[in-house]
Amino acid sequence: MAETLLAAKAVAKHFGGVKALCDVSLSIRRGEIYGLIGPNGAGKTTFFNCMTGLYIPDGGSFEFDGAPLVADAPHHAAARGIARTFQNIRLFGNMTALENVMVGRHVRTRAGVLGAIFRNKATRHEEAAIRRRAEDLLHYVRIGDRADDLAKNLSYGDQRRLEIARALATDPQLLCLDEPAAGMNATETGELRTLIDGIRSDGTTILLIEHDVKLVMGLCDRVAVLDYGALVIEDVPAVVQKDQRVIEAYLGA
Amino acid sequence: MSKWLNPRSALGITLITLALVALPFVAAMGGQAWVRILNFAILYVFLALGLNIVVGFAGLLDLGYVAFYAVGAYVYALLASPHFGLHWPFWVILPIGAAVACVFGVLLGSPTLKLRGDYLAIVTLGFGEIVRIFMNNLNAPINITNGPQGITLIDPVAIGPLKFSGTSDFLGFAISGPQKYYFLLIVLVIFVIIINLRLQHSRIGRAWQAIREDEIAAKAVGINTRNIKLLAFAMGASFGGIAGGIFSATQGFVSPESFSLIESIMILAMVVLGGMGHIPGVILGAVLLTVLPEVLRYGVGPLQTALFGTMLVDPESLRMLIFGLALVLVMRFKPAGLWPSPERRRELQGGD
Repeated sequence: MAETLLAAKAVAKHFGGVKALCDVSLSIRRGEIYGLIGPNGAGKTTFFNCMTGLYIPDGGSFEFDGAPLVADAPHHAAARGIARTFQNIRLFGNMTALENVMVGRHVRTRAGVLGAIFRNKATRHEEAAIRRRAEDLLHYVRIGDRADDLAKNLSYGDQRRLEIARALATDPQLLCLDEPAAGMNATETGELRTLIDGIRSDGTTILLIEHDVKLVMGLCDRVAVLDYGALVIEDVPAVVQKDQRVIEAYLGA
Repeated sequence: MSKWLNPRSALGITLITLALVALPFVAAMGGQAWVRILNFAILYVFLALGLNIVVGFAGLLDLGYVAFYAVGAYVYALLASPHFGLHWPFWVILPIGAAVACVFGVLLGSPTLKLRGDYLAIVTLGFGEIVRIFMNNLNAPINITNGPQGITLIDPVAIGPLKFSGTSDFLGFAISGPQKYYFLLIVLVIFVIIINLRLQHSRIGRAWQAIREDEIAAKAVGINTRNIKLLAFAMGASFGGIAGGIFSATQGFVSPESFSLIESIMILAMVVLGGMGHIPGVILGAVLLTVLPEVLRYGVGPLQTALFGTMLVDPESLRMLIFGLALVLVMRFKPAGLWPSPERRRELQGGD
């Protein structure tokens, strides 16, 4: 069995009386594409937000890469190697595509105010490396020719790609994609699938939240199903697809 | 670096340098008052560039910026006047003023980190007033600021044997005090412009812009938004502090009434009117908003007498009227400012 990269242990989150997550435990193995599915409101995004430090969970814990993940601030999660995209795309709209990805390098670079003011050799080197890496990543997600366009002027599909490039710029071990195929047509979804597969082959573990069941079942190594904040099943797609509880959750009993 | 060797920009730089050198002598033809106005314009460029870091780069609406100006001014006044009998040199006090203002910047910044927009504006506005009221009342029980009377007889700037007050001879030219200050200010402001340009196009500058655009996304890519915002407050405040020190030295007198809310609003207006986040625009805004009211002050009275043979409206009130109208017109027809950055112009034309 492959090494566990992220383990969630009995994670719970309440919003007032609503139990958005009750004691969800799951584990993501290094190198796999892990799908997280469930009907609307099942708690998928809440789980995401707890993991990346946007919410503070009311109970339970996360372990990432062999050490506890203290989910107290989002920038800590990014520094540990967890990157994410957002369900409703959140780009820096009035910055160019290239600048968006360059911001993604922030957490892996160090230049401070003095470096910026004096532009010493180390800073200039770092800045050149940031730019080079950002350009490479734009080509990697196949929007290299849009580098100088403002992010908000990109097409919807390209914005999704740019968000992935920005997330990859943080050198993540775990890339979390929150409904990346939402609003995409069949062709775009097919291209996205190729991209996600490519990212995995290049060594990044992927957590995928998705509504498109076909995409999830075709792409993921293992799938977890959430319903009403509770984990229904965690297994390979073939088993999950046939599970009676999953069918009920999706179709209504 | 190769762009410095470009003959066109080399010519441009030469022409600008010549213009800047000639300017105080041209202005002096209209009297030394105009040189002083010029100096004020540069001082406001200083302030506007400092505020631009907070408002333009990081997108944090700060209405209490004058507080840092006041802190810098009082630091200089206390350390170089008979009030405490201290007469430290200019170049020692200026960094101290910047550092003290920087501390105040962090003090103001830390409780407001979670606030945005209107809420932040209200809190910073309050902070600005608090500082002014402190300056007004810190004359008892221990007399620190001398209260509403202010501090007088502040030392003028002196670098070694070179005194900045009074006229001195330079290669047969008579250079007046304000003209000497002009050159000092120009040198300092060029440093500030370079620092601002370099900050903007750096890792830190990008992080500020990212926070302005989308704070949650900025956090998600690993930007420590708390520290980066505090850094913006601290940097902006330091520039305010330096400007305050220079203000003290050139005026020789400070009192709390120089640091009222209207000053903060004026500096903000310079940033917004010129073009938020765009350094050349901010400079233009600061120069226009300092020089134009003075031109109106001196021009409106004689103009009325010439046209109507009598003074119909008091020049002082007409000045504010025209000024207000100009602001409204600019915001109506050039909402991104007089000289916005190319991106910002597209942003407002883009329609979303």
